[in-house]
Amino acid sequence: MTDRLPGFDTLAIHAGAAPDAATGARATPIYQTTSFVFDDVDHAASLFGLQAFGNIYSRIGNPTCAVLEERVAALEGGTAALAVASGHAAQMLVFHALMQPGDEFVAGTKLYGGSINQFTHSFKNFGWNVVWANPDEPSTFDAAITPKTKAIFIESIANPGGVIVDIKAIAAIAKKHRIPLIVDNTMASPYLIRPFEHGADIIVHSATKFLGGHGNSIGGVIVDGGSFNFAGDDRYPMLSKPRAEYGGMVLGETFGNFGFAIACRVLGLRDLGPALSPFNAFLILTGIETLPLRMQRHSDNALAVATHLAKHDKVAWVSYPGLPDDRYHALAKQYCPQGAGAVFTFGLKDGYEAGVKLVSNLKLFSHLANIGDTRSLVIHPASTTHRQLTDDQKTQAGAGPEVVRLSIGIEDKADLIDDLDQALADA
Amino acid sequence: MNHDSYPNDYIRDILMGVKTIALVGASQNPARPSWIVTKYLIERDYDVIPVNPGLAGTELLGRKVYGSLAEIPFPIDMVEIFRNSEAASGITDEALRLVPLPKVIWMQLSVRNDEAAARAEAKCIKVVMDRCPKIEFGRLSGEISWQGVNSRMLSAKKPVLSGKGFQKLSLNRPR
Repeated sequence: MTDRLPGFDTLAIHAGAAPDAATGARATPIYQTTSFVFDDVDHAASLFGLQAFGNIYSRIGNPTCAVLEERVAALEGGTAALAVASGHAAQMLVFHALMQPGDEFVAGTKLYGGSINQFTHSFKNFGWNVVWANPDEPSTFDAAITPKTKAIFIESIANPGGVIVDIKAIAAIAKKHRIPLIVDNTMASPYLIRPFEHGADIIVHSATKFLGGHGNSIGGVIVDGGSFNFAGDDRYPMLSKPRAEYGGMVLGETFGNFGFAIACRVLGLRDLGPALSPFNAFLILTGIETLPLRMQRHSDNALAVATHLAKHDKVAWVSYPGLPDDRYHALAKQYCPQGAGAVFTFGLKDGYEAGVKLVSNLKLFSHLANIGDTRSLVIHPASTTHRQLTDDQKTQAGAGPEVVRLSIGIEDKADLIDDLDQALADA
Repeated sequence: MNHDSYPNDYIRDILMGVKTIALVGASQNPARPSWIVTKYLIERDYDVIPVNPGLAGTELLGRKVYGSLAEIPFPIDMVEIFRNSEAASGITDEALRLVPLPKVIWMQLSVRNDEAAARAEAKCIKVVMDRCPKIEFGRLSGEISWQGVNSRMLSAKKPVLSGKGFQKLSLNRPR
């Protein structure tokens, strides 16, 4: 192999996955074990002291999970990654490494509903305070930053679907204030958008969605861009101060441009514990091998379905950045020219009742609360995920009574369009 | 040599070609990167000679510490500089006065001095700057991948166990 940087499709198959050193197994083995024997007492001491690379206990690291970590790091163009039990766990560990009680972070309002809950309620118990800004107006991030702000958090393609965020503009604000920009790249996947190329410092994924891609495994990944220098920065003591639990080691100094990923592993994952199962890592890895093929098909199908719906008599509007007249189309052409992803929303002229009927009439689309499956998925937020909100709140969250969200799968697009047509006919 | 990026073969040839390494800026503190690198290289069968004037005559990880490069009474293959970029200049000149000359001068991660490098290269000494030999060994052997680090290495060939345990890999990997 020469040093030439391999292409994305090659990395999706090979990165991190050499044949097994012990057996020569070509597929990545599932190392379904809690623990690993040490070569000798000195080796054990070196591993516990972070002085050698190796495996101790699967809560802290596992060779199957490590292949997933290196694979996603390579696809994103990062220095290192950490695989964890879910996307939510990834977010918890990222903020655990950055925040002290009383600190703040600024987040865009257009986020996965579960992240809004996590930031608003659970993080509050840790003394981590979220301040909201409008991702459609980057200057609102600038205005929200205070001396207590430790990071900015956005999604690249944002929930509830059909929103493209101007990463470069927000990255410039983060750089100006010398704070890291965290991007949740779940909806785009690195096939469509690689946020590090636009100035992000840290990426999080729900690998449950497009990375795994088959709706069979919950998982999350943190990727270190290696671009933010934590060493010597007193605002980030987890990385810049001597750690008593590691004999006074300064993680940001010892591990250089992958120190953030190591801190998430040896402080966050070790002590808070949301480890990924090696079996889930294997399934997600197998999914990633076809990520480029799937993601292109997801996007092509979504554009075909969105185009069809936009012309339909019963449809009031379609919000998909792939459509030429969409408000985010220019940003989509800039950030994801290969396609605008699989997930989008549309509105029914006949409101709530039509939404409920549509969902129950569909035969191929599965009614469930997930995205990024090979199968096409549908949800009517007003009657499910957002039903506890008032009508005003629903509208503000992009979940008004007439709104339907689709996650378009990789089936034949003609069958998806037929299914929507027959379901709309009686909705 | 362009010192912004190094071909993998350049680094691999250095790490496979040297045996005796004088490590300038050695530390007795196990939390310091220089101590960790010293220990790691010893475990990979390198003959590491710690150099630090403040620790001269003491023992570090079972090795005698020398006060300067000039005091080492036998030939060394590589000088590894664990000091800042400015200090690297003087240490490079000390290395260039050694007889015989070392084959390699290696400046640690974050240490770079292009003028010193040019003086060494004029004497046909290979130079590496702003790199860590532990990270590079881990990257080229495959060990660093266990920590989820992007090794930037793809291979359909089996990594090779070092023969010294289950969790140590060798640089002797087919390419």
